[in-house]
Amino acid sequence: MSSVDTSVQMRMRGGRLLSLLILATAVALIIVTPFLPNYYVRVANGLLIYILLGIGLNIVIGYAGLLDLGFVAFYAVGAYTYALLASPQFDLHLPFLLIVVIAAAVGAITGILLGLPVLKMRGDYLAIVTLGFGEIIRIVINNLDWLTGGPKGIARLDKASIAGIELARPTEIYWLLIVVVFAVAIFVWRMEKSILGKAWAAIREDQDAARGIGINTTNAKLAAFATSATIGSIAGVIFAASQRFVSPDSFALQESVLIVLMIVIGGIGNILGIVIGAAILILLPEVLREFAEWRILFLGLLMIVLIIVRPAGIVPRTFGPEKLIRGLFGK
Amino acid sequence: MLGILIQQTFNALTIGAIYALIALGYTMVYGVLRMINFAHGEMFMLGAYAAFLALTLFVGDIGGVGALALTLVFAVAVVGVGLVGVGIERLAYRPLRNSNRLAPMLSSLGVSLSLVTGVQIMAGPQPVAFPSFFPATRIGILGGTVTLVQIGILVAAFVLMAALYVLVNRSRAGIIVRAVSENRSTAQLLGINVNLAISLVFFFGPLLGAAGGILYASYYGIMTPTMGAVVGLKAFTAAILGGIGSIPGAMLGAFILAFVEVAGTALLPVLSGGLLGTEYRDVLAFVILILVLLVRPAGILGEPVSEESMVYKREF
Repeated sequence: MSSVDTSVQMRMRGGRLLSLLILATAVALIIVTPFLPNYYVRVANGLLIYILLGIGLNIVIGYAGLLDLGFVAFYAVGAYTYALLASPQFDLHLPFLLIVVIAAAVGAITGILLGLPVLKMRGDYLAIVTLGFGEIIRIVINNLDWLTGGPKGIARLDKASIAGIELARPTEIYWLLIVVVFAVAIFVWRMEKSILGKAWAAIREDQDAARGIGINTTNAKLAAFATSATIGSIAGVIFAASQRFVSPDSFALQESVLIVLMIVIGGIGNILGIVIGAAILILLPEVLREFAEWRILFLGLLMIVLIIVRPAGIVPRTFGPEKLIRGLFGK
Repeated sequence: MLGILIQQTFNALTIGAIYALIALGYTMVYGVLRMINFAHGEMFMLGAYAAFLALTLFVGDIGGVGALALTLVFAVAVVGVGLVGVGIERLAYRPLRNSNRLAPMLSSLGVSLSLVTGVQIMAGPQPVAFPSFFPATRIGILGGTVTLVQIGILVAAFVLMAALYVLVNRSRAGIIVRAVSENRSTAQLLGINVNLAISLVFFFGPLLGAAGGILYASYYGIMTPTMGAVVGLKAFTAAILGGIGSIPGAMLGAFILAFVEVAGTALLPVLSGGLLGTEYRDVLAFVILILVLLVRPAGILGEPVSEESMVYKREF
């Protein structure tokens, strides 16, 4: 009896230590980063945008169990929404927050429009159709010169500003991203725990059984697509505002694959896993910069090895944010 | 008018034959493993590079080389890629055979990424001029011009497809592959060597894909490390259009897709009053794909698929 108690206590103490360590490192990194030279802040901004994209795509792949290979299309939709509404292209200069709202709406609509026809499809077909959809969007952007500027893209986008505060320097974008990433992460995490999240889990585990217990699988999947597309679109707006330039090159098929990789490597269905996956995939190439193409080859091989030896990713699905919080307060 | 029609028909047939060779690999792999092999487009690309390598190693200059030598180069390249395919299956897909259905697909994405970058590192990312395997003689047929390259591609592709047809339907190897496609566990219970059947598929699929790559590079006179992506996707569309898992379906789908593409390229700018240019050709393929999946998900010649295989079960 007592030995059981002590082992439980010890495991809890270990859990608390681990949680404290992880949280302290995270807080320290977040606070220190903006004081580093601009290059590091830019890398951190790129990382945060990918974390945002990963959180968005994870809703579809990790929660609902649908393989979406065209996620970058929504990212492009958001980026081009900002580019068209805040640039000399049509001489429109709407405020940043308004564009975020518009882009979120456009993203959700695009997500539903894509979702409606494809959601009845079998899992593997869905992958290929979403991939095709991503390519369609890229080809259209590339060729619709009068609207998108074609391969040249759109330059001289407005600086983002919220309530008169200009957000243009890397550190300013950094704080914007930190706020957005945390807000989105908490929102999505709570969504996973909501009744809708349970429906997604049911669909992921067994679609027929989910339908059998009365879940409207089509609506639940549409909600997953729409939420994920909205997040992708918002990430696109911030990306466009920080680069102040958009071109079709940023939205190639490889980007979609990269985001899927992040999720798979980090831990499918787990927000903490995405952070780890994004850190590996975005920071590793920066660290290995001198090895040029070799790093991509390395990433490809790493992906194969990881899927074989750790199919569930580096961070297991069960080690989610609630585990951290529970560990912290010892409950 | 008739001349243009004949010329365009030949264009479509040539492209269709190449798509068909690649689509066969997708459909055969799907038949035995129920997986989409995203690395298959890279077999197409590897074929062109392997042939180029074999050509520079064994032959040197292509001018004045006999047909026999070229056939040998072709054979060495496609068999080489076939063996690469078997190796990839052994290393990257077989350990995942009993995991969830998503894992092998993700692994094939990793293989695809590695192969493209591997070739980029070794051969450089820039496009390479590819020597044509056929003389560029032009022949006039009823007012249209057809090149000997096109006829050579058609002959080569049809010989390969006929050989595959005989292999699948008349040989012992074909019987075990068909048995495993039909039902893997029953085949295993009947004492069929499932691993052998899968290895066979991963030999002949990449072999045909590589042949497609060599013919494609001969046709356009150019190869790049990334050439597999779009063509692979189109061949996959063709496989779905015809009914994935069905070998005649893959061929039929490839020719239909090619005809629609050629017709679309010619007609799109006219029909839309110049609004949509020829660059939307690739969009056309994907639109067809989505329409087919909506109207008849099993494809033209495919068998209806059970709901059971629609869901990813287990944790992934």
